[in-house]
Amino acid sequence: MTSSPTRPRRRTRRRGPVTPYAFLVAPLAFLVVFTYIPVANMFWYSVTSWDGLSPSKEFVGLDNYVEIFTRPELFGVLKVSIYYIGASVVQIVLALYFATILSFNTRLRNLFKGVIFFPYLINGVAIGMIFLFFFQPGGTLDSALGAVGLGGLQQQWLGNPDVVNYSLAGTSIWRYLGLNFVLFLGAIQSIPAHLYEAAELDGAGRWAQFRYIIMPGIRPVVGLSFILAISGSLSVFEIPFIMTGGANESETFVIQTVNMAFKYYKFGLASAMAVVLLVIILLVTWLQRRVAPDEKVTLS
Amino acid sequence: MRVLKYLSLVGASVVVLLPPLVLVMASLKTHQEFATTGPFDPPHSWFNLHNYAVAFNQGHMLRGFVNTSIILAVSLAGTVLIGSMAAYAIDRFEFRLRGTVIALFLLATLVPGVTTQVATFKVVDALSLYDTRWSAIALFLGTDIIAIYIFRQFLRGVPTELDEAAALEGAGPFTIYRRIILPLMKPAIATVVIIKGIAIYNEFYIPFLYMPSQELGVISTSLFRFKGPFGAQWEVISAGVILVIVPTLIVFLLLQRFIYNGFTAGATK
Repeated sequence: MTSSPTRPRRRTRRRGPVTPYAFLVAPLAFLVVFTYIPVANMFWYSVTSWDGLSPSKEFVGLDNYVEIFTRPELFGVLKVSIYYIGASVVQIVLALYFATILSFNTRLRNLFKGVIFFPYLINGVAIGMIFLFFFQPGGTLDSALGAVGLGGLQQQWLGNPDVVNYSLAGTSIWRYLGLNFVLFLGAIQSIPAHLYEAAELDGAGRWAQFRYIIMPGIRPVVGLSFILAISGSLSVFEIPFIMTGGANESETFVIQTVNMAFKYYKFGLASAMAVVLLVIILLVTWLQRRVAPDEKVTLS
Repeated sequence: MRVLKYLSLVGASVVVLLPPLVLVMASLKTHQEFATTGPFDPPHSWFNLHNYAVAFNQGHMLRGFVNTSIILAVSLAGTVLIGSMAAYAIDRFEFRLRGTVIALFLLATLVPGVTTQVATFKVVDALSLYDTRWSAIALFLGTDIIAIYIFRQFLRGVPTELDEAAALEGAGPFTIYRRIILPLMKPAIATVVIIKGIAIYNEFYIPFLYMPSQELGVISTSLFRFKGPFGAQWEVISAGVILVIVPTLIVFLLLQRFIYNGFTAGATK
């Protein structure tokens, strides 16, 4: 691997065996201390009944894992992710639509691009507050509905357990649409222009151009977005934590995990929950790589 | 068709802009005025900055900005240094464990940070970093693989002739790193500073979990704490929200092109 034939130039750069390690000491120390040690500890804690405080940890085998899968209120909260997965699909479709129309000539193109992207840059707590106001009784949404004669739809957007997850997932679309959109737009713009010209000569309409030129061209980025959306939906935390604190059945798996650890001091059980989530996310990533091996997934 | 296109774009703009703009208006209203007007009624005076003063002083937003700035500066300097050193070592040297080191960095990108917080907490605690600014700084430095990735991608495209010429003239690896590699990496450094800077500015959970002291409030946690004392004063909360967004908006307007490119480079490939 180190002497790959495609990069022979690398061999000329040998400057003694110690130097590279001198440069790697600090980066590797941080990597090990703040990523690998926590992951290893997490597996260890997960087979104990540790409360996070006492000096001794009692080994309990797989009890914590059994508890997660047998107490429906523990594993069941993963259901909430379904709302966010649904929202991700809407988000990706909307992002595709706006990226496509803005890749053609459009007046005020940069303004629209900036407006659609900007929410992605906004602080999560600020977004939480904006939408607490938006959804509160008599707030932005209720007033807007009243103004257009749909006052009958007004309700407890964050207080009603049947509605709250739609409200929060909607907030999530507002926040994250911009990233998908900019990624798609970048990918569309890297498609060579002559392909469209040729298609237009052949009489292909906008839909045909989208279907046969744009979609195949940006398939890898769309694939990447889906995988990030799924792992993101499984580990939703910030928006519901800030807005409802998990009240009214809006609790997500991660909120439950951190509450288990830092509120109820069940570090063993919380670690097991974190391990379960980690395994699920790794599984999803692995599956995606099996299904589409050419599409690289590197960050989350 | 064209009408539909512009209609949808205007619609999207309204959906994006309306929720924050309503807060701009709310932030300019007096408490009395807020209670008696609807969200879409404009404020009586567009220059009533009283709520901003309250948010700044009583809401401790000033302290939040100071703490965020300190953490931002130290973390960014550290990220650039650590990331570029790692990229330099990996890209420009042959050594036995090179494959292993690359694999360690790549594998770490698959672990979502939020899942390991339970165990990370104990590590931070054991290092006596809990409830200090160093906890956030250390975590921003330690869990950042994206920077290393961006630096390495960039360095791959930089020809080795320059460092080889310098080596022939007797420059050691540290001189080469400092005098040649680091200056050449300026565009990549700009990308990392932007992406990472925005991420740190917006980070909520790390400071919330590791820096509970009021004095260590960053902008995210300071604003989050508005929920308690100002729970019934939406006009003050609104001012706080706008205060947090304005710096982001200014940076975005000034650096648009870099930001788009940065996020495209950071999230794909």
